[in-house]
Amino acid sequence: MKKIPKELLIQSVKEMIMTSAISLDQCLIDRLKISFENETFKLAKSTLSQILENQEIAKNEHIPLCQDTGIAVVFLEIGNEIEINYNLEDAINEGVRQGYLEGYLRKSVVNHPLIRQNTLDNTPAIIHQKLVKGDTLKIEIAPKGAGSENMSRLVMLTPASGIQGVKNFILETVKLAGGKSCPPIILGIGIGGNFEKAALMAKEALFRDLDDHAHLPIDQQLETELLDEVNQLNIGPMGLGGNTTCLAVKVNSFPCHIASLPVAVNIQCHSARKKKMILRGE
Amino acid sequence: MIKIKTPIDEKTRLQLRAGDEILLTGIIYTGRDAAHQLLVQTIQENKPTPFAFENQIIYYVGPTPPKPGMVIGSCGPTSSYRMDPFSTVLMEHGLKMMIGKGNRSDDFKQNLKLNKAIYFITTGGIGAKLSKTVKSSKLLAYPLLQSEAIYELLVEDFPVIVAYDSFGGDIFIQKDV
Repeated sequence: MKKIPKELLIQSVKEMIMTSAISLDQCLIDRLKISFENETFKLAKSTLSQILENQEIAKNEHIPLCQDTGIAVVFLEIGNEIEINYNLEDAINEGVRQGYLEGYLRKSVVNHPLIRQNTLDNTPAIIHQKLVKGDTLKIEIAPKGAGSENMSRLVMLTPASGIQGVKNFILETVKLAGGKSCPPIILGIGIGGNFEKAALMAKEALFRDLDDHAHLPIDQQLETELLDEVNQLNIGPMGLGGNTTCLAVKVNSFPCHIASLPVAVNIQCHSARKKKMILRGE
Repeated sequence: MIKIKTPIDEKTRLQLRAGDEILLTGIIYTGRDAAHQLLVQTIQENKPTPFAFENQIIYYVGPTPPKPGMVIGSCGPTSSYRMDPFSTVLMEHGLKMMIGKGNRSDDFKQNLKLNKAIYFITTGGIGAKLSKTVKSSKLLAYPLLQSEAIYELLVEDFPVIVAYDSFGGDIFIQKDV
């Protein structure tokens, strides 16, 4: 069995938290630049220009891109050849704690949804674990802001709703969100499975590379068509109108019950911060 | 782009129309969910609010902590609709101007018009850029609320757009061309 030292894991999580708050992936910046070039609406264009300028300032001066530095969402893929002789979630949370404190990030987590006392270190993170083959630990982290998360929705459709029902729900969700979800957005869609599987798939979809495509042709077709249809809604950057409402649609699907057609829509704002790291066992 | 100094008097306010792009200079006050709850509670208890609302602006923001040597951290707007349940009480007590992001409830819009108030928006997710316009920041009230406390900010050329004017104009409906 191979080991991943606890200190290395904490340090890695901390670094990912701190860097994700101030820098966007190049492929996202590229898409924003293309949208800026192609945008014909005046306010939409100036908003996109502000967004592009903001990421330069954030990166160069190490100021968080957005004041909502989120609640940390963590996906772990743990290789079966890795032995972890400490509490994995505690170590992740320690990295999150150090990252938010040392990175001067906002502490946005409260201890209970109704008692609402701030935990003062942005823990706990929301952690998902999966066991896979191999000798590595893959860590993916996204500090997820509430503006877009609050506009996300889930529905249990009936099979008769079909592809049109699925599309209608997604388009309706984007319309209801309007400028509140900080467009241009990225849509993570989970179709099938059951209630919780659909929501999880929608979140996982948001972690996919911006330039990849769904494996199944029917999901791929949905991604292409929905991107087009969402961008015709004239919501635009921050809801001020324009051709740029959505930068990417990612559809993940799973088999489901004969009676079910669950659909989850997880919205991601334009400040789509995420980081990936692979630690090899020693 | 219109340059306006705060506080903003009624005459200036009533000249503004949805879609106007403005650069604000002067004092603005921060306040979001938790601070709004306390402000409304203070009013209901007939106690004085931490600042007088007349001609002043509340900015819906909860900044990141400033790094040593900096005035403020990242400080973009939060979604305004969450403040809708509180805004009516504040408007009834003299608040006429708010800055946030996104559209708001029909109820809020009606009350805004009734009170001849204005709702400004600024771009969400550009808190690093907006931090450059903040020249000073002073804690004014509710320190226990941390990032949600009320701060008095001195801003210079802080960019806003009139989203709802006092006459029913709505940038989210008229859209841009």
